[in-house]
Amino acid sequence: MTASVIVAMIFIIGGVFFLTVSAIGLLRLPDFYSRTHAVGKSETLGTMLVLIGLAIYNGLELTTLKVIFIIVFVLIANPTATHAVAQTALHCRLNPWTLKTKDQPQELPCECDEDESQEPEEKQ
Amino acid sequence: MHSFLLGVTVFIAIVTTACLYRVAAGKTIFDRIIAAGLIGTNGLILLILIGFLFERIDMFVDIAIAYALLNFIITIVLAKYFGGIRRRSP
Repeated sequence: MTASVIVAMIFIIGGVFFLTVSAIGLLRLPDFYSRTHAVGKSETLGTMLVLIGLAIYNGLELTTLKVIFIIVFVLIANPTATHAVAQTALHCRLNPWTLKTKDQPQELPCECDEDESQEPEEKQ
Repeated sequence: MHSFLLGVTVFIAIVTTACLYRVAAGKTIFDRIIAAGLIGTNGLILLILIGFLFERIDMFVDIAIAYALLNFIITIVLAKYFGGIRRRSP
């Protein structure tokens, strides 16, 4: 067992740890916004660590370059997608979880399309 | 190393299956969207691991690239679709 295989195994074990933390956070955290915390950060780090480990294990080939491209793309795209969903939820007025409102049901308060005329021209 | 990668593949598959609970029982639609995105990203890792297990990584990594691009586009489109009409900022 060479040194590169051992380094790759260390990276993959770290990545699997972060993926497990992300899944537990998605299942156990109380609110949508806190779940975006688990998905946006832990998932990205775990994916990057597993793929870096596999790239080290593969050695210098064209396939490794493609794996590095996937790593860079996941680093850019995964937090962006999570941020877009969170911004949409904030636009739909989904209330965050606080100690005062933790007994209330987490549902969307209104339809998204119908409140276009409620905040009219006060800002203008 | 082959048995190690096999164990990692099985473990990630079990973790990904556990995330299906949030897709089925999420309170709001946005919980379901981000859970589906997480399952897509885990499926990307599973594709590359399966490529190493079958020793056909040169074929599986191209499928993984297409899968990563589609996963990002699907999440963005779902967020746009369920968000309704955005108010133009003044």
